[in-house]
Amino acid sequence: MYKQKNYSQLLNEIESNSKIKSLIIKTEVSANDLSLHVDNENIYDLLKLLRDSEDFLFSQLTDLCGVDWPENEIRFQVVYNLLSMSNNSRIRVKTYTDKNDSVISVSKLFPCAEWYEREAYDLFGINFKGNKDLRRLLTDYGFEGHPLRKDFPLTGYVEVRYDESKKRVVYEPVELKQEYRSFDFESPWEGVKYPENDLESDPINDK
Amino acid sequence: MTNKTSEKFRVNFGPQHPAAHGVLRLILDLDGEVVERVEPHIGLLHRGTEKLIENKTYLQALPYFDRLDYVAPMNQEHAFTLAVESLLGVKVPERAQCIRVLYSEIGRILNHMINVPAQALDVGALTPTLWGWEEREKLMVFYERACGSRLHAAYFRTGGVHQDLEEKLISDIYNFCDPFLKVLDDLESLLTENRIFKQRNVDIGIVTKQDVLDWGLTGVMARGSGYHWDLRKTQPYEIYDQLDFQIPVGKNGDNYDRYLIRVEECRQSISIIKQVIEKIKPGPIICEDKKIAPPKRAEMKSSMEALIHHFKLYTEGYDVGPGDVYKAIEAPKGEFGVYLISDGTNKPYRCKIRAPGFAHLQAIDYLGKGHLLPDLSAILGSLDLVFGEVDR
Repeated sequence: MYKQKNYSQLLNEIESNSKIKSLIIKTEVSANDLSLHVDNENIYDLLKLLRDSEDFLFSQLTDLCGVDWPENEIRFQVVYNLLSMSNNSRIRVKTYTDKNDSVISVSKLFPCAEWYEREAYDLFGINFKGNKDLRRLLTDYGFEGHPLRKDFPLTGYVEVRYDESKKRVVYEPVELKQEYRSFDFESPWEGVKYPENDLESDPINDK
Repeated sequence: MTNKTSEKFRVNFGPQHPAAHGVLRLILDLDGEVVERVEPHIGLLHRGTEKLIENKTYLQALPYFDRLDYVAPMNQEHAFTLAVESLLGVKVPERAQCIRVLYSEIGRILNHMINVPAQALDVGALTPTLWGWEEREKLMVFYERACGSRLHAAYFRTGGVHQDLEEKLISDIYNFCDPFLKVLDDLESLLTENRIFKQRNVDIGIVTKQDVLDWGLTGVMARGSGYHWDLRKTQPYEIYDQLDFQIPVGKNGDNYDRYLIRVEECRQSISIIKQVIEKIKPGPIICEDKKIAPPKRAEMKSSMEALIHHFKLYTEGYDVGPGDVYKAIEAPKGEFGVYLISDGTNKPYRCKIRAPGFAHLQAIDYLGKGHLLPDLSAILGSLDLVFGEVDR
């Protein structure tokens, strides 16, 4: 059998490592996965420590992705998923950034971060300081906007077709034959939260 | 003659090129025939899968995974269902786990039966392609008989699988195994000791152990360089820890080692399929929780509650508690992972798809440097790329 290092062991090791402990804001466990939260200035130092210190050896960056939380004060989250093959464990690191702020690029630590960062830049508009090739990656040449932001419409803004008379591909504003239908299926019976102190009043009739 | 100091030029390779394995555009800087820089332009097949998934319920999101790596569709579904299940805390019945493993291994053979001959085709051998596709065709029929669809299966559902397998199908899969091993031997007799195939692949595209870490290479790319790392063994899911199989590991990390590993993996998959068929017992194929698994059709005719469950499940879907999870499986191409964030509603808040091919393609600049132009297509073949998953 192959031994896996689980989140509680990892958590103990991180608690006892003063260098790492001083960098992180908080830890979080969800579905047996451990996440560390860190400020965007410290992300490079933290990943370097996690990669190089003997206890962890998180030497492979499995994935890097952006997440958009428009309601939050600091809008974007960048999530790093790391893997240690020698210890057989995984860890997640989360950091925060804004439209005008930037995250320090980790492409010097993990060369594979370069494309992941380009992807996050393309889809969310997150800036990475130190990535030498921060261009769009997945979207079309000349694309405008950042499609995975929550305020970007699912249908997009432009559509592409081949124009027979012009003998070339043309870009036009999206025109839907039918309105895009987004249904709210959330059940009203399970979703309603009543105010705790005020159980007597009926929130539906009071309106 | 004019004095020639260099013969540097830039060529455009693709997006429509038979050796590009789909819609890949490479900008190549060449010095004569030597590649100096490779710049891949991807995204020509970008469909916004992650955005679409954010706007669909968990059930509606599932079929998008078939369309990622369309060469082995069910393996992708597997990662997504595992992620959803771990957020929900659902337990999958044993028969469903067996079926999942069975079809994951069929998926692995499906993938290798296209990749190995395609790699051979890239270096000039046509026959293996014809043989490989013939075997694929038989496996596609097994897909179809299980779920009604040859390609876009939508078969692995949260809590189990969608339909049960009939006995005849299971015995037919068993009967497929031994003749397939014969075909595999024939295929190897064409390639393994073939002088041209070896000349084009041995010592081409060498990946060192450090490269694997730096470039995030997984699966066959990592095993080819000597890592004894297979998620089915190291971080087992479903019933893989109860099965007896070997992990082939390479020594040199070149194209040829990776080819040998893929062929051996097919043999191991056949052995797994046989073991699973011996293990599989009758029983439920999806979990009991009626808030997640749909009721049986017959039950709906008489039970009002079943009818309501059915209606609610196929309109509203099910709510998944808040949290985030990263689940990875050993897909034929490498580690296929899904990073799922749920905000407690019936739709994923964010679903990041970690495709192995994305990381592999990124390394092509590093791997291709200094090789000749024709070697580049051999390396491309051995990276095992499918643009459905690279571009998402």
